Amino acid sequence: MTVLDNKVPDGPIESLWDDHKFSMKLVNPSNKRKFDIIIVGTGLAGASAAATLGELGYRVKVFTFHDSPRRAHSIAAQGGINAAKNYHGDGDSVFRLFYDTVKGGDYRSREANVYRLAQVSNNIIDQCVAQGVPFAREYGGLLDNRSFGGAQVSRTFYARGQTGQQLLLGAYQALARQVKAGTVEVVTNAEMLDVVVVDGRAAGIITRDLVTGEISRHSAHATVLGTGGYSNVFYLSTNAMTCNVTAAWRAHRKGAFFANPAYTQIHPTAIPSSDEFQSKLTLMSESLRNDGRIWVPNDPDETRAAADIPESDRDYYLERRYPSFGNLAPRDISSRAAKIVVDEGKGVGPLKNGVYLDFADAIGRLGRDAVADKYGNLFDMYERITGENPYDVPMRIYPAVHYTMGGLWVDYHLQTTIPGLFAIGEANFSDHGANRLGASALMQGLADGYFVLPHTVGDYLAPQLGQPKVDTSAPEFDAAEEGVRAQIDGFLHTKGTRSVDWFHRELGKIMWDYCGMERSKVGLEKALSEIPALRAEFESDVRVLGAADTLNSSLEKAGRVADFFELGELMCKDALVREESAGGHFRVEHQTDEGEALRDDDNFAHVTAWEWTGTPAEPNEHREALDFTNVKLSTRSYK
Amino acid sequence: MATKVSERGGASAPAKRSPFLVELYRSALGKKYVMAITGIIFMGYVLAHMFGNLKLYQSAAEFNAYAEFLGTILYPIAPDGAVLNVLRVMLLGALILHVTAAFQLTQMNRNARPDSYRSKRDFVAADFAARTMRWTGVIVLLFIGYHLADFTFGWVNPAAEGATLYEKVIASFSNPAIAGFYLVANLALGLHLYHGVWSLFQSMGWNNRRFNHWRRYLAVAFTVVVVGGNLSFPIAVQVGLIS
Amino acid sequence: MNLTLRVWRQAGPDAPGRFETYQATDISEHSSFLEMLDNVNEGLIEVGEEPIEFMHDCREGICGTCGIMINGQAHGPAQSTATCQLHMRSFSDGDELVLEPWRASGFPIIKDLVVDRAAFDRIIEEGGYITVDTASAPDANLIPIPKETADFAMDAAACIGCGACVAACPNGAAQLFTAAKIAHLNVLPQGQAERYQRTEGMVDVMEEYFGSCTNMGECEAACPKGISIDFIATMNKDYRKAKSQNRRSS
Repeated sequence: MTVLDNKVPDGPIESLWDDHKFSMKLVNPSNKRKFDIIIVGTGLAGASAAATLGELGYRVKVFTFHDSPRRAHSIAAQGGINAAKNYHGDGDSVFRLFYDTVKGGDYRSREANVYRLAQVSNNIIDQCVAQGVPFAREYGGLLDNRSFGGAQVSRTFYARGQTGQQLLLGAYQALARQVKAGTVEVVTNAEMLDVVVVDGRAAGIITRDLVTGEISRHSAHATVLGTGGYSNVFYLSTNAMTCNVTAAWRAHRKGAFFANPAYTQIHPTAIPSSDEFQSKLTLMSESLRNDGRIWVPNDPDETRAAADIPESDRDYYLERRYPSFGNLAPRDISSRAAKIVVDEGKGVGPLKNGVYLDFADAIGRLGRDAVADKYGNLFDMYERITGENPYDVPMRIYPAVHYTMGGLWVDYHLQTTIPGLFAIGEANFSDHGANRLGASALMQGLADGYFVLPHTVGDYLAPQLGQPKVDTSAPEFDAAEEGVRAQIDGFLHTKGTRSVDWFHRELGKIMWDYCGMERSKVGLEKALSEIPALRAEFESDVRVLGAADTLNSSLEKAGRVADFFELGELMCKDALVREESAGGHFRVEHQTDEGEALRDDDNFAHVTAWEWTGTPAEPNEHREALDFTNVKLSTRSYK
Repeated sequence: MATKVSERGGASAPAKRSPFLVELYRSALGKKYVMAITGIIFMGYVLAHMFGNLKLYQSAAEFNAYAEFLGTILYPIAPDGAVLNVLRVMLLGALILHVTAAFQLTQMNRNARPDSYRSKRDFVAADFAARTMRWTGVIVLLFIGYHLADFTFGWVNPAAEGATLYEKVIASFSNPAIAGFYLVANLALGLHLYHGVWSLFQSMGWNNRRFNHWRRYLAVAFTVVVVGGNLSFPIAVQVGLIS
Repeated sequence: MNLTLRVWRQAGPDAPGRFETYQATDISEHSSFLEMLDNVNEGLIEVGEEPIEFMHDCREGICGTCGIMINGQAHGPAQSTATCQLHMRSFSDGDELVLEPWRASGFPIIKDLVVDRAAFDRIIEEGGYITVDTASAPDANLIPIPKETADFAMDAAACIGCGACVAACPNGAAQLFTAAKIAHLNVLPQGQAERYQRTEGMVDVMEEYFGSCTNMGECEAACPKGISIDFIATMNKDYRKAKSQNRRSS
């Protein structure tokens, strides 16, 4: 076990980033075009980084496995983006946003990164407005805010229920501008299948063209992964169907440490699944909790329709247990509270697998039109999916896997343990600790891409001036390409009996049962024996039809599921060694008498970063100590 | 598929520009302006034409005098028949532009979907008039040719040599086949007008959320007035209302 | 419920295509249309047939990846609904469904129901943005924007780029997609500087790939986000102005 150096400079936190920007090395404007940078992923982080690096003058090549950069899953974020603008004078500040984020993350994030995030949050809003992002406005023409879980100030900027879409389109359009200017090349339908490391540095990547099957090599002076999170390891999640861990995982296998994989966020407000064949869960924005009240019937055998159940027979359990935050308690807390009442048999709906999110009071107070104005598109979406009209009957919601706080370990420069390989956005682990607050994912993706990475990449590149990038004929590229081809051939030649989806579903069940909202030693150990067995079966019995030289989504998926197997094992391992409960990681052995998460700051105030050893069951554990000098460690209380 | 978008990149010097109207016409949007503006000219024309012809209901003398008058507009400031001929040339020019633009746009649209849907389309918004613009356009064009040969040039008119315009109208419309053809052609004109009148607001960019719903009403009203009037003439002759 | 599917199968961009008939059995009315297809694909894999390739990703109607012509309607029979949010309760037991890919020369077929919509990116690259370098922006509240204007911009910006407008248009035109982006940026104060370059550039590239508008309104009816064809009128007006403005400035 080694202790990792996070490269956070010394100094007062308020000026740390500004001072550091001054001390970092710069690449002279006319020299920037001598550097090639590869970016994988075109979500908020990838697209904003690519656009900004292109503007600066670097030669950027950006890869997406979608048919257009605009499809990245950032587009699905509904609720909003936080910033410490304090436009409403309700006492917000950079420090408060920093404080809330560290606290919301259950004191498992790195202070310096979070402070920087809070600082640049304001620049993000400025940047996005200048790009034409149509944020909601008040009648006076100024920007409107809403409140979100885990905060007592109104700091969330939003564009109806489509904030992620609008921010992503802003970044995508900035990217399109650079494409037109000739500084950025976008390669679509290209999936990254390996990172090539030469002399200990990231030298490039191997990609497969998903339409033609062509395998190609790309080299650059620096490589950036903005490839998102791994919630789909659970099979059912709110992520898009193609979201995967492959890029990050293959980097992990090449030497990048993977940090805190067990920290997964279960979002409290998704639509409960309706049957066995469900392919994904749909999120209802957390912003609904601003006006909706969450409750279940007191009686598990309740049969009356929601509207007919009198107040006295209802349990508004969040308002009861957390009077000061009520329905706006943070995500991890709200989710587990829902699980508790559903496990008690008080669930609602045909499968008794949900809780009510009721707008009757809000409609009575604000009027139907005002509610429609705020949430109309979400209500429509709910009705399309369930066939029920939430203006008349309460929504049914249940927690679903939504976001993964873990990811590739990065230092203050967002650089992984492979020099020259950077990770941004959800793909890294850095800013959210053990639990992410609502409306902070968009903030982090854009902070990394627009305002942090462009500086830190320069610091890495500056000393390399005059050095050519590695030639793609290097033996390391040969070996990487061979490995990719061998895996593809392997899948096509296994000729087993079960589909890739079948294995994915089975893996998902194991993960949800033993590494989901609650984890126990017994369960995790069980998972650690079941996953390798299922993986062995996958390797010998998967059926992938078709050919490698054409569009073949089963083949694509086989590679992703193979990586999910290895990741799933690491998640369980990570959850097992973290003998405490923190944020999205809840160990049943570690809870207070009232059933709240019980941290162990003496032994676990650290990041666990795992090193690949070649054997999934035996990763090496490393640690980064977390020092809290600006925020006092305390038990989170939202009561 | 590796789409090398950067190959398109690089800001290039602006190309030499042609005159505004030529530039505009090169684009499909410009051609739509031509369609709309010439359409407005035709709207004015068909409306005036229909109103003028209402004189059929007054008397033969009034009607013939009106026909005479059209030839002597602004006389003696302008030479006899000059204004009418200028109007005719304008209409002909508008017609050529309207048809040419329509033809070119149709070609463009065919190229935009060379491989058509194999299954039957289930249209939601496109009404019969919208989908048949090309066919009603061709019918109206053929009709214009016949109509000119019938009354303007008299080549196919059944009336005797030297007949007045009134007599020519009666002679033509007394024939059920010709009257029937006029009815069919005017129904086609109606469909064409209905979609055209609504559509020109879009093409011209005349757009205001407060008034947009009136565009449909206007299209219906205009079509009903013009086509209603036009249809009444052969019917009136056939039923003996005018003779 | 049980359904009969007639699905367009095409092995590659240049391969000939044909309809194949499949049975979808024991489908829950609560499942989504794409889950029904997943189900059919599982069955195909079981019997050793290659699964049907179709476009999909987020399955919540926002990424714009999905799109199938279902019984002659882009995204199927439900209004303002992308294929992924179409649920089987929109159909009845015993229905026959015909599934075709989007067809337009600007959207070449890749395989089965999958098409290449890169032409949309080409249109955006021609001015579908506001030029502002990172970190050069003034304070976000510096320019108040009337709520009506912001709402108008948002109405237009809601486009998900799925291509249903092109697919549904009898002329294979992309006016609704292009007009929505132009309207979003042209109405905002930030978008004024490049207003006319943007309009001319984007329309000209659009016309390289797609057909022309005959104001049928099929695009609006097919649009999963209900984007109004009023934006097309706005685009037409700005295009005319652009042609004259850009002459003067060039």
